[in-house]
Amino acid sequence: MTPLIEVRDLVRIYHVRHGLFGRPTPVRAVDGISLAVMPGETLGIVGESGSGKSTLGRMLLGIDAAQEGEVVFDGKPMPASRTLEWRKLRAKMQLVYQDPLAALDRRLTIATQLSEPLEIHRLIPREHRAARVAELMNAVGLRPDQATRFPHELSGGQRQRAVIARAIASRPKLLVCDEPVSALDVSIQAQIINMLRDLQQQHGIAMVFISHDLKVVRNMADKVAVMYLGRVVEEASADVIFHSPMHPYTRALVSSVPRAGIPLQGRAILQGEPPNPANRPSGCAFHPRCPLARDLCRIDAPQLKTVGHERTVACHVTAGEDARIAA
Amino acid sequence: MSTAAAKLVEMRGLKVAFDSVQVLHGIDLDIAKGEAVGLVGESGCGKSVTWLAALGLLPGKASVVGSVKIDGQELLAAPRSALEQVRGGRVAMIFQDPSSSLNPVLKIGRQIAEALLIHRGLRGEAAKTEAWRLMDMVGIPDVRRRFDLYPHEFSGGQCQRLMIAMALAGEPDLLIADEPTTALDATIQAQILDLLTSLRTETGMATVFISHDLGAVSQVCERVCVMYAGRIVEEGMVDELFAEPRHPYTRGLFDAIPGIDGPRQRLIPIAGTVPDPRNLPKGCSFSPRCPRAVEACNHELPQLVSIGRGRQLACARPVPPAAIGAEKRDRIAEGMMY
Repeated sequence: MTPLIEVRDLVRIYHVRHGLFGRPTPVRAVDGISLAVMPGETLGIVGESGSGKSTLGRMLLGIDAAQEGEVVFDGKPMPASRTLEWRKLRAKMQLVYQDPLAALDRRLTIATQLSEPLEIHRLIPREHRAARVAELMNAVGLRPDQATRFPHELSGGQRQRAVIARAIASRPKLLVCDEPVSALDVSIQAQIINMLRDLQQQHGIAMVFISHDLKVVRNMADKVAVMYLGRVVEEASADVIFHSPMHPYTRALVSSVPRAGIPLQGRAILQGEPPNPANRPSGCAFHPRCPLARDLCRIDAPQLKTVGHERTVACHVTAGEDARIAA
Repeated sequence: MSTAAAKLVEMRGLKVAFDSVQVLHGIDLDIAKGEAVGLVGESGCGKSVTWLAALGLLPGKASVVGSVKIDGQELLAAPRSALEQVRGGRVAMIFQDPSSSLNPVLKIGRQIAEALLIHRGLRGEAAKTEAWRLMDMVGIPDVRRRFDLYPHEFSGGQCQRLMIAMALAGEPDLLIADEPTTALDATIQAQILDLLTSLRTETGMATVFISHDLGAVSQVCERVCVMYAGRIVEEGMVDELFAEPRHPYTRGLFDAIPGIDGPRQRLIPIAGTVPDPRNLPKGCSFSPRCPRAVEACNHELPQLVSIGRGRQLACARPVPPAAIGAEKRDRIAEGMMY
């Protein structure tokens, strides 16, 4: 099976200026990432703030252009951003953000907002649009009487439902969800997660699910990529990653999830702060916080290596001794 | 509630209304000296308002009635000067977003020294030495150099540490932490929870931990109160309440949390949404969302009553402990997992 979307060696560098007259320093937000998502599959992307996961999400959709590397969507290279070709393709790939109130237009009713993508992409003749809007609202669990409401008249969960309805209106093949449930209460979070999974199964949508919440990713993703400072440090199926994390950073992340009834003592609590992306440590970027770091880690950045069954890890220590020879 | 230790806080019938919309419907809560209590609930349930009201931090349009006593001293009718002795001195509060609580144009050392001057009358070298000690205590490395930095030169996790240092400046008897880890990354969250726990052991101050995260609460607290729509609906020691939640809402909260181990499975959400305080359902506020509700729940408001072993419950049709049976074993296992 060919992947729906495949990216190779993606790089995105921002220039950050310190102070008004400071010299701009390059920040490698995304630093050589290769990934593939199969049709209907969900790839979870986890990492701390500043790890580049949102930038990666935008690059997958071509919103932020890749400065190096390539994005191949449905077998064809991604057209340049904001071109006619790219706009056409956008119907096939949609984005859902964390804050639904910012994503919706406050001056338009829910029904108007849902029919906009149908109109823009000329998907459905005018006379059938109302029926399709009703169908979409039903699919995401909104009541028909909410069609004439404005975003501020809905609760947070209902707004996120409206955003998702709008995203699936054009029958996309790929949905990139950037922290879609982080702003919602636990009880509502579960409603939205179940709904996303149902929609995905019914329509065979591939999904890239970006979140800092490991519990949510565990329940959404088929496979998971862990990012640290713009690079993927471990990738494997969700079962493998959460059951037996291999990279010391993944181990710390999984261990840091608060579990009810299990006291703090005995958990591996990672020391130190996530480093400043503008001031990347030498060698393996994780080495200043890593409990297993050796001399080699300070000098040489480990490459992603396949370990065991469909797992890739970038670590000199845990990915086996032959790492030294390969490097 | 049935703590033998001396009471630090005694809250009775605390009610709050904004523009005649009742948002807090009578909270009774005792906190013993040195105890750690968690307040859990979804947004809008009143968990933060409870403490803002107790410390007189709500805007003027809020009407607050009831009684809040700290060591026997009534706070609600207290004059401003008396309240200012309590705030920061006896009771300190830290919030979710540390960067908005710090003054961006003042060096961090000066902000901590200011708190030391106000609450303990320390000046000059004495204040500086004490500020260094506090910064060191909350785990800021290289304190002498960092003393003269501005808040933006610290990361989010370090800003939260500095807020905690500032809260500790008045040597409070009670620290109220309002969602202190929500805005932080997972690994930093674990560090701050660890810090709060060890500080409580070192200083013996009581802690109120306000959070929507049941997992985080269970790691910091001994006792937990679950709030819904402005009322406490269930209360108990953490291990017992987590092992056997009796209120259908508490139970629903546990079920809704995705597990991190075990197979991927469909989540069990709580149906519907949190009610609008202007338009609360009659009877039990949770009844429209409750899977166990019967007709009576729609017009009779259950009172918070003791069900033994320090546990309290406000529910006419609680999840029966016996009926949980085999199902309970699964649930506990699941509860332990996330």
